Amino acid sequence: MRKLGLIVKREYLAKVRNKSFVVMTFLSPVLMVGMVVLIAYLTKINDNETHIVSILNESRYFRGDFLPGESITFVELNQLSLEEAKDSTILLKYDGLLYIPESINMETAARDAFLFTKDNPVSVVLNRLEELFEDRLRKDRLGRLGVSSEEFANIEENYELETATFKGEQNLKGINELKAFIGGGFGYLIMMFIIIYGGFVMRSVIEEKTSRIIEVIISSVKPFQLMLGKIIGNSLAGVTQFAIWIFSASILLFMALFFMDIDISALSAAPTMSAGSMDVIAPISGTDSDIQKYANELFKIPWLLLLFSFIVYFVLGYLIYSSIYAAIGAAVDNETDTQQFIFPIILPLMLAIYVGFFSVFSNPHGPIAVGFSLFPLTSPIVMLMRLPGGLGEGGVPLWQLLLSIVFLILTFFAIVWLAAKIYRVGILMYGKKPTYKELYKWLKY
Amino acid sequence: MTPILVAENVSKSFGGHPALSKVSLEIPKNCIYGLLGPNGAGKTTLIRIINQITFPDSGRVFFNGEPLAPEHIATIGYLPEERGLYKSMKVGEQALYLAQLKGLSKQEAQKRLKYWFDRLEIGDWWNKKIQELSKGMAQKIQFIVTVLHEPKLLIFDEPFSGFDPINADKIKDEILELKKKGTSIIFSTHRMESVEELCEYIALIHKSNKILDGKLSDIKKAHKNNLFKVGLQVNGQGEGLIHELQEKFQISNHVFDPLEKQLDFTLKLPSEDTTAALAHFGQKANINHFEETIPSANEIFIQTVKAKGE
Repeated sequence: MRKLGLIVKREYLAKVRNKSFVVMTFLSPVLMVGMVVLIAYLTKINDNETHIVSILNESRYFRGDFLPGESITFVELNQLSLEEAKDSTILLKYDGLLYIPESINMETAARDAFLFTKDNPVSVVLNRLEELFEDRLRKDRLGRLGVSSEEFANIEENYELETATFKGEQNLKGINELKAFIGGGFGYLIMMFIIIYGGFVMRSVIEEKTSRIIEVIISSVKPFQLMLGKIIGNSLAGVTQFAIWIFSASILLFMALFFMDIDISALSAAPTMSAGSMDVIAPISGTDSDIQKYANELFKIPWLLLLFSFIVYFVLGYLIYSSIYAAIGAAVDNETDTQQFIFPIILPLMLAIYVGFFSVFSNPHGPIAVGFSLFPLTSPIVMLMRLPGGLGEGGVPLWQLLLSIVFLILTFFAIVWLAAKIYRVGILMYGKKPTYKELYKWLKY
Repeated sequence: MTPILVAENVSKSFGGHPALSKVSLEIPKNCIYGLLGPNGAGKTTLIRIINQITFPDSGRVFFNGEPLAPEHIATIGYLPEERGLYKSMKVGEQALYLAQLKGLSKQEAQKRLKYWFDRLEIGDWWNKKIQELSKGMAQKIQFIVTVLHEPKLLIFDEPFSGFDPINADKIKDEILELKKKGTSIIFSTHRMESVEELCEYIALIHKSNKILDGKLSDIKKAHKNNLFKVGLQVNGQGEGLIHELQEKFQISNHVFDPLEKQLDFTLKLPSEDTTAALAHFGQKANINHFEETIPSANEIFIQTVKAKGE
């Protein structure tokens, strides 16, 4: 145990003192926040730009329909020929010229209308103009059919089916997606951690091999102790880095927002609205009671359970994957030889993320979601996506959670045992790039 | 006295390929034991088994009379052939770390390191990083780390590689000094001149088998082939004498120097008994020298390996 402590300490210090690690630790938050600020700033500039379109209307129709909007204003040109209008539009550097020729009715006027621009029209402008024409034409057509605009508004009203559980609790649409998204966040964190810090473990093993210190060390400690010490030491360094990132990024972000006067609520709304949840939340978020319901649902997410499971899945998942990484590091002589072995590790992780986002979002308790949340190489990610739905009735059945953890623990022992065997043989093999067949043979040494 | 190490029928194979086949050895206490053999013979495998880095498929190993167990690790010092140090770690820190892994307390390790650093005149390296040192310098640190915990059994695998002659000599003296203090030393090499100089016992391993072992002086005696180098001061004609002698004895490589009037040749006798030959030569000429040729370790090595290889 004392030796394990020594190894962990050395690995941790070696990692933390490493120059590139220090640079990455302190530079990353700056880069991350810089990126967010830059995006926010650019979006702001972009939004502030107003497009100006000149209109040459020779017909009797559409007069007064072109009202200035958020990002577009109109300038009416009068008593000019089309050519003169084009010239002056170019001269005034407007974004385009809308030409509506003399016509006998609205339909033909709309059909013959033309938008001239310098090159391809900006989509905002084109969409807005088409929308205006569409609205006006629809009203006109309905008017001819004898429908007033009030009646039309009534027809247009959206329909939504109310839903509830059998117990009578009202359901909220999109809450599944929202919950899976929260769980997905945790799952994604696990994946990132495994890929980044698993790589640390691997490189650290390769370094010991190439510097030839390995045989000196394992004449004092068991290879398994060394492997375990490496994994723990590097992950502690990883946790340190993660903590610094989150802490400093939040401070920096707060400062940036404060100084640049960027609307915080707009930014904080962005992440929750991305991906699948966006189209569902957007139309409902208008009413306060709905927001309240969502808030209630979010409070109902078993955060404590989620946090607890996150730790369990994180630790087990990370240990499984990083011991595979350690075995790979032991099997090869340099990092370029690792590619063929790394892909098969990343595959289940990617699969978990994709299956999670496609399958768990739409049906958190469907067969695919259940299967992948039990399979040990994907369960740390997929199960965490399912868990925000709660445990027991309406959520993840308790037996599934327990079974998945049992599978994970069994796999953990099996993989660590196998990895330790490969590691034990591999660290003393020099100058060979092993094949899978040879790795299999090593297991029997 | 119980031997420091006994191996009984130790076998080990890697994926069907034998690395050691039923090797038995007995390494007496307080001696330097040469473990010899061509590359790939199985020396390193045997050493790794002693260090419990790998484990034998069959056979048993005893350390100081007890079956080899993990607690013996702390009383063994091992300098592997493939050796190195963490490049970006400082010398002192690294030496402390390795010493602590061998079970020394930090204070004790610090004290002993200071002694050794002064002894090998490298005291000012403490805060240097390994990557700033030359290969020979790093080797010195490795040597110190190997002996620092005062092991009962020291295993050196090609200890002099990477040293310049002056430092190699220094290390050799240190090894002899350690032996004087009672340490048992296993010395694995294929550099025969250092074997002659240092080892009292040797074992020769070839193609996973032990083909020879014992006291070096005994082995040499056993490999004597009754060859003698003879030089005679001749008064008259050398050629005539040679013809005469060739009829009585088995003579080869004869050279006659007419200026010095010296006749040199190699004589092979049927037994160790030299009296008859000496008496005969004494009658014919003045004997300048009469010397038995004892085979060098190198010759024994090559001879034995060749004999087994056929």
